[in-house]
Amino acid sequence: MTENGLLQIILYFVALLLLAKPLGVYMAAVYENRPVFLNRILAPLEVGLYHLSGVKPEQEMRWKEYAAALLWFNLFGGLAVFALQMLQAHLPLNPQQMSNVTVDSAFNTAVSFMTNTNWQGYGGETTMSYLTQMLGLSVQNFVSAASGMAVLVALIRGFQRTHADGIGNFWADLTRGTLYILLPLSFVLALVLVGQGVVQTFKPYQTVPLVEQVGTATEKATQTLALGPAASQIAIKQLGTNGGGFFNVNSSHPYENSTPLANFLEMLAILLIPAALCHTFGTMVGDPRQGWAILAAMTLVFASLLFVTVGSEQGGNPLLTALGVEQSVGVDQSGGNMEGKETRFGIVNSALWATATTAASNGSVNSMHDSYTPLGGLVPMWLMQLGEVIFGGVGSGLYGMLIFVLIAVFVAGLMIGRTPEYLGKKIEAFEIKMAAIVILIPAFFILGGTSLAIMVEAGKSAVANPGAHGFSEILYAFSSAAGNNGSAFAGLSANSPFYNTALGITMLFGRYGIIIPVLAIAGSLAAKKTVPTTVGTLSTHTPLFVMLLIGTVLIVGALTFVPALALGPVVEHLVMVNGK
Amino acid sequence: MIKHIKPAILMLLFFTVLTGIVYPLAVTFCAQTLFPNQANGSLLGSDEQPLGSELIGQVFSRPEYFWGRPSATSPAPYNGVASSGSNQGPTNPALIDAVKARIKGLRDADSVHSDSIPVDLVTASASGLDPHISPAAAAYQISRIAKARHISPDSVSELVDRYTEARQWGILGEPRVNVLKLNLALDQRLK
Repeated sequence: MTENGLLQIILYFVALLLLAKPLGVYMAAVYENRPVFLNRILAPLEVGLYHLSGVKPEQEMRWKEYAAALLWFNLFGGLAVFALQMLQAHLPLNPQQMSNVTVDSAFNTAVSFMTNTNWQGYGGETTMSYLTQMLGLSVQNFVSAASGMAVLVALIRGFQRTHADGIGNFWADLTRGTLYILLPLSFVLALVLVGQGVVQTFKPYQTVPLVEQVGTATEKATQTLALGPAASQIAIKQLGTNGGGFFNVNSSHPYENSTPLANFLEMLAILLIPAALCHTFGTMVGDPRQGWAILAAMTLVFASLLFVTVGSEQGGNPLLTALGVEQSVGVDQSGGNMEGKETRFGIVNSALWATATTAASNGSVNSMHDSYTPLGGLVPMWLMQLGEVIFGGVGSGLYGMLIFVLIAVFVAGLMIGRTPEYLGKKIEAFEIKMAAIVILIPAFFILGGTSLAIMVEAGKSAVANPGAHGFSEILYAFSSAAGNNGSAFAGLSANSPFYNTALGITMLFGRYGIIIPVLAIAGSLAAKKTVPTTVGTLSTHTPLFVMLLIGTVLIVGALTFVPALALGPVVEHLVMVNGK
Repeated sequence: MIKHIKPAILMLLFFTVLTGIVYPLAVTFCAQTLFPNQANGSLLGSDEQPLGSELIGQVFSRPEYFWGRPSATSPAPYNGVASSGSNQGPTNPALIDAVKARIKGLRDADSVHSDSIPVDLVTASASGLDPHISPAAAAYQISRIAKARHISPDSVSELVDRYTEARQWGILGEPRVNVLKLNLALDQRLK
């Protein structure tokens, strides 16, 4: 790697870790209902919202109530997105006269946005009206993210409380997360992005004459430029680990990600809230070291895998070298495997984004993962298969990681022969059963879904690349859906009834199959007493525990997915290096 | 459990108004006030006669123009309403064939050139709309353009230098050349 490449990566980590603490402290204050500086402007709005909806924010909910409120809210959100797509041709704000979306695609997209996955089977600029993008997709970008954060906060309360029935009020958590965290951050980011060239307009598409006129036709050859209110949606899709692009190629589109600075900020936004929530957790449980330990585990896994991706992409494609293509890095080109990458980002910023977006369950892309080298593409795929716990989605990443913490504590407890405890709570059979469900559901849908797809014609015929890479496309799709990530090996023609349905169901289980057991754990923990710390208690903020946690995540992930990965990227890598 | 239906619907309505209408309108208002040119697509030229967008590449195939990244959009390259990458995997024979054809195109247009070809000139961009090429890719094409336009390579080289953008703030991204701007400058249509 070049010095500049390393410098860009270091700058990214420094900015991320510096912002994690202040934002984490702020978010803890928001969720603990302590005064924050935005109260003066937003508190009347918050109170008004509760009043009009008939909600009493101080009313505690038991875990089942909390889950019911969340499920109803997400259900109606999904239905709204579905309805908007089915009716958009008859609704206003449709200057390009987009027709109604097909039923299976509308189902897939509605599920995709309500579950914070933002998998896109369609091309934004050719499918969705401005109205659908705003009222449907943008709204779910906010509230699906706020829902994930709410579940995390409910779980944290489970650790905080003793002999308690309730785990908080979903409506209050949802509202505060949206109003005080997501909206202000998005507003600021959106404006900065516009300053860098990201479009934000309600004008119809712009037509310009081409500089090079081909032929002698009397009519001038032109180019039509897709526009739209993009920046406002891009800001929240990055911050809320949504990832659903305004345009088909997501953040590799120059109107969606215009400059290296825009790219840096969008990339920072991917991991910003997930990283900061670690500190929120530490603050709320009264021991910031607990949050730092988890953040350290996430950062270590992320950084090590990052270097695999960067190295593999910078190495380029040996099959092209044989043709006389110059792929080595120099002062005047970034070199490497540039198929499916943009010149302004080069190798380092493309590989860094690919790793960050799959570590978090963001799923936005600034390069085409399908064209990555086999090992460069293996890393994003495996990061999703690890359960989206290396940073992961906003809220969902950390509650997923806390489940792995419980497993790690349990394993350690078995080894030393003590009842496992975490933060003063005894971890017993019920919690471990729920944790097992959380870990098994995505694995079942990834491996089961992939197996199903390669057995039926509708699954196989969608593949764009021959050989092992075609298998990788399918495996990637189900990993992305189960992890609620949303990125794709986009050659796969997934906008078909088979994939729209299969991936839609996978997304639903990947989201709510996790949220419900997590809330059950929250309820169970909240009801328990707190046991005092003794010398025999396993301390969970030490480097030793960080290693134990990393080991747990990696071993579970490796044991479950290495056989499948061997059939896809590993085989392709061997084919490629042998020059076939 | 049924009692949560009413707040669920009402909350959704209010958040739809707030995040789906008020928020994008507020951002649009501020954006159009503060950065009107960027918000509307960073167009070059005047409002009445735009020359293209600074951020969106155009297709160039004649020898007297610099060529941009190969574009995988359909039905035509650099289709501004249907961005797309090729999504070809590294071992896909279709990719290898496409690269071979691009190499042949470049060699045929400038037969004396025997340097190895910078990778970004023969690989499709992610968006199909990439406005930039690497400085290496621009340098590779100078001799062809000088010959086709009957001007000295040094004057072309000078122009390339002028339209080469450094890393942002000296650190971020990669050095790059804006192909559309450079070609407009070659035609002396850009001040």
